[in-house]
Amino acid sequence: MSRGLTELTVSEAGDRLAESEVTAEALTEAHLAAAEAARALNIFVCETPDRALEQARASDARRASGEILGPLDGIPIAVKDLFCTEDVPTTAASHILDGFTAPYESTVSAKLKAAGAVMVGKTNLDEFAMGSSNATSYFGPVKNPWRGKTGKDLVPGGSSGGSAAAVAARTCLAAIGTDTGGSIRQPASLCGVVGMKPTYGRCSRWGIVAFASSLDQAGPITRTVRDAAIVLGVIAGHDPRDSTSARVEVPDFETALRAGDVRGLKVGIPKEYRVDGTPDEIEELWERGADWLRDAGASVEAISLPHTEYALPAYYIVAPAEASSNLARYDGVRFGLRVPGESLDEMYENTRGRGFGPEVRRRVLIGTYVLSAGYYDAYYVKAQRVRTLIARDFHKAFERVDVVLTPTTPSAAFPIGEKMDDPIAMYLNDVFTVPANLSGLPGISVPAGLDADGLPLGLHLIGRPFDEETVLRAAQALENAAKFSGVPDFVEARR
Amino acid sequence: MSFAIEGEAGAWEVVIGLEVHAQVISRAKLFSGAATDFGAEPNTQVSLVDAAMPGMLPVLNHECVVQAVRTGLALDAKINPVSVFERKNYFYPDLPAGYQISQYAQPVVGEGTITLDLDDGSTREVGIERLHLEQDAGKSLHDQDPGRSFIDLNRSGVALMEIVSKPDLRSPEEAGAYLRKLRAIVRYVGACDGNMEQGSLRCDVNVSVRMEGETELRTRTEIKNVNSIRFVMQAIEYEARRQVEAYETGEVVVQETRSFDSGRGETRSMRTKEFAHDYRYFPDPDLLPLVVSADEIERLRADLPELPDVKKRRFVDELGLGPYDAGVLVAEKETADYFEAVLAKGARDPKQVSNWVTGELFRMLNMRGVGIADSPVGPENLGRLIDLVADGTITGRIAKDVFDDMAESGADPAVIVKDKGLEQITDEGAIEAAVEAIVAANPDKAGEVRAGKTKLIGWFVGQVMQATGGKANPRAVNTILLQKLRD
Amino acid sequence: MPLDIETVRNIAFLARIKVPEDELEALAGELSNILGWVDQLAGVDTEGVEPMTSVVEMTLHEREDVVNEGERPEDVLANAPEREDGFFAVPKVVE
Repeated sequence: MSRGLTELTVSEAGDRLAESEVTAEALTEAHLAAAEAARALNIFVCETPDRALEQARASDARRASGEILGPLDGIPIAVKDLFCTEDVPTTAASHILDGFTAPYESTVSAKLKAAGAVMVGKTNLDEFAMGSSNATSYFGPVKNPWRGKTGKDLVPGGSSGGSAAAVAARTCLAAIGTDTGGSIRQPASLCGVVGMKPTYGRCSRWGIVAFASSLDQAGPITRTVRDAAIVLGVIAGHDPRDSTSARVEVPDFETALRAGDVRGLKVGIPKEYRVDGTPDEIEELWERGADWLRDAGASVEAISLPHTEYALPAYYIVAPAEASSNLARYDGVRFGLRVPGESLDEMYENTRGRGFGPEVRRRVLIGTYVLSAGYYDAYYVKAQRVRTLIARDFHKAFERVDVVLTPTTPSAAFPIGEKMDDPIAMYLNDVFTVPANLSGLPGISVPAGLDADGLPLGLHLIGRPFDEETVLRAAQALENAAKFSGVPDFVEARR
Repeated sequence: MSFAIEGEAGAWEVVIGLEVHAQVISRAKLFSGAATDFGAEPNTQVSLVDAAMPGMLPVLNHECVVQAVRTGLALDAKINPVSVFERKNYFYPDLPAGYQISQYAQPVVGEGTITLDLDDGSTREVGIERLHLEQDAGKSLHDQDPGRSFIDLNRSGVALMEIVSKPDLRSPEEAGAYLRKLRAIVRYVGACDGNMEQGSLRCDVNVSVRMEGETELRTRTEIKNVNSIRFVMQAIEYEARRQVEAYETGEVVVQETRSFDSGRGETRSMRTKEFAHDYRYFPDPDLLPLVVSADEIERLRADLPELPDVKKRRFVDELGLGPYDAGVLVAEKETADYFEAVLAKGARDPKQVSNWVTGELFRMLNMRGVGIADSPVGPENLGRLIDLVADGTITGRIAKDVFDDMAESGADPAVIVKDKGLEQITDEGAIEAAVEAIVAANPDKAGEVRAGKTKLIGWFVGQVMQATGGKANPRAVNTILLQKLRD
Repeated sequence: MPLDIETVRNIAFLARIKVPEDELEALAGELSNILGWVDQLAGVDTEGVEPMTSVVEMTLHEREDVVNEGERPEDVLANAPEREDGFFAVPKVVE
């Protein structure tokens, strides 16, 4: 029975709860058991079973008195450990936040809580969300529930690797991640689940440990497009505490999804996304995706996004620059780790030297350098100009097409430990996802097939600002056509 | 007003620019909803944003923008429709985020001017370079514990306006006049309380010297955080002489920050590692550009109170005051308010009111060491006293006694006059009797007057006034005396 | 442009991150590689292009001048590694 419960989607579970076929408590117990069984994957930084059961019972009580709070009431979810949560420690997977418990709840996790969602735990991630493999976590790497034919421990992608693995491994029905350069979509692709980065400003950043403020955006990781729509509907909305949160209406994404199809939709295929070294099977999948959309009534045309090749280097200037400043607050004075020193400066240097891992250190130093006197114009200002060009490319493209279709990643999941000594090779994982962050656009990754090794591959859609509805509709068309039914090896093995 | 330092090689002039940090009057901080009041328990007026907890975000307090724009308008400055908040990055324990949110490349207020009122009665225009908004830091206490410093974040995030002058000032006196005028303006506008002792107005002083006739600026030093106008003037004087001496002895003047030791009257190098001050400014990605609409600028312009220069002109042109007196009256907003409050009722003579305010009132306040806002004699009562003189109820001489009495008791002047029987004697019979008594008692002196020594008449007036307790109408005394002494 | 060890040492101090002496050289190499890679931006023609200031078109949201935060010193201090009498405590700052 409990295996059955963890196989449900959010919407199916919601139906069963509504029809009293299952209780939130039973649903939660099943997922807590799955989480426990999946400990070898190192998905969670912190499991919160007691709190989860308490929330589940409260949900059941509400349901009994007819006061349910919405479609997520009683639904077990996981939260990336980058969202500050009251009473549960927040680590950002960094040593430097040792012992930190926020006296506040992030807006997004508070919205989930207020909607009755049951938090089973906080998921592992790359330290401060800086990484594409979940290997930079202070708490060790997460293992992808998929092994395929490789027989090796593979990365789940990153930085929301824990959240993507949590959904793939059936330890929760949905999870929340953040996406700065692909950190939701890339791990979703590598773990065979749906991951969506909404438009910048759609979800509040308040209470999310900041990595790169102009790029960070929260979003859902789920097993279906419809579930993504449901969760997005709960976490989206203007927040007066975030100056960059948009004052736009939140549409009913799920209804929009049910109502529409893709007939007449114009899909753009950007020629610059054909990158050297991309495996043939990814190219083929991309073409198949275009065919699926065409078959569903959309028209497909080639477009050009000429500055695409500069997106990644621009990102690796802007993101570290913002991070170098955002991470200055971890100084051993008000929270987290303090490593003593003879003087104040020594205390700072020891704390930050010991508290940050190698990748965070690398990015903070790069960021410090590109902002420093004499280099600011050549690096930071230049990158922001290039960013304008990249955003303009999309703006022009969206005069002709409604969505842009690309692969999500240039490769499937790779073995843990690979690319670790070559930062640039690791950065290239985000080559297809970064442009949407630089331009603030909504993007989604949908599992679309398996490669020759039996590992999942995703297709990626990018839409106009605040047009998540179209992105979701196109994503559902891909999902319907792809009929992705792959089950991770870890889950298969448990059955 | 020229100021020159005579060196061996010739005369040197000093070039001064001032950077004033003025704490904005607002209930809440620049980017958070924590209170700004002075003197609270440590870390009680601190929001999670001010403490830079992870994930906390700034939201701009509109009132602070309004105050900056109002101040800009009062400085006749250009208001920039778009300005940008940037991060100034450096580590210090009272700077929780590791950066200060400030404005750098695009401040909210651009170039303006300020008119200095100099001691010799002349005026001079000085350029304002810019005005921008920024956060204050917290407070570090270094003297509470031998091995540790303590941090209180109550001040962290309070809004400051940094007002930067052009290097237009040429003497310590001009610097003093600039600060007095700037303080008056921010107080008129209500944007800052101008209190230098409490630190709501702080000053960094940029000083360089050059030989008279040179057009290029030489290396400047920056004297940080000088906390009174007198100290600013002293610091400039010292620093200018130090630099001249350095040049004349062949030493170099290095660009550096210095501190002012008010005890010794000296400036001292703060010896900081220069590369450690790479602030890495960049636009704060948590905030969007600040847009101030033309409509709002015009609305704020219309709402500005009458400013000191305009008020002074009006006092001269419409009230007939002399420029000096008008200048004194408008120098502090409270003084001008007081003066105008006295004038507001009745048909009082502005010149008389001005004399009372700048004369007796100032003397009394000085003696008591209180500000005009706390004056024991309020504008209502001073007005009534002036009326009592004007309508002849009391003499001018008695009025001064009544004023002193009012300062002590706070009582209504009419009550004091009545209780003490101080009404003026206008009954000519009574005055004549007093005159006759004095003349009769001093036949010798009366004889001298009659012989032409008219200077002695004054003596007789004094005697009569004394005899009547100062209450006799002085004009009647004069007339009757002249008559009696002629007889 | 490759970074030399001295530059890395200076940046590390600016960022207040202690880098052990024996790691400086390797780190200088890594950072130089990354900077060499991002240097390709130099080839992009950005003449007349404004740097991006806000990724999505919107106006800055501002708050009213209302005191509605603060008065929670316990929360502010709760995570402090060292505190005393309501203050945060740090190694003595020598001015």
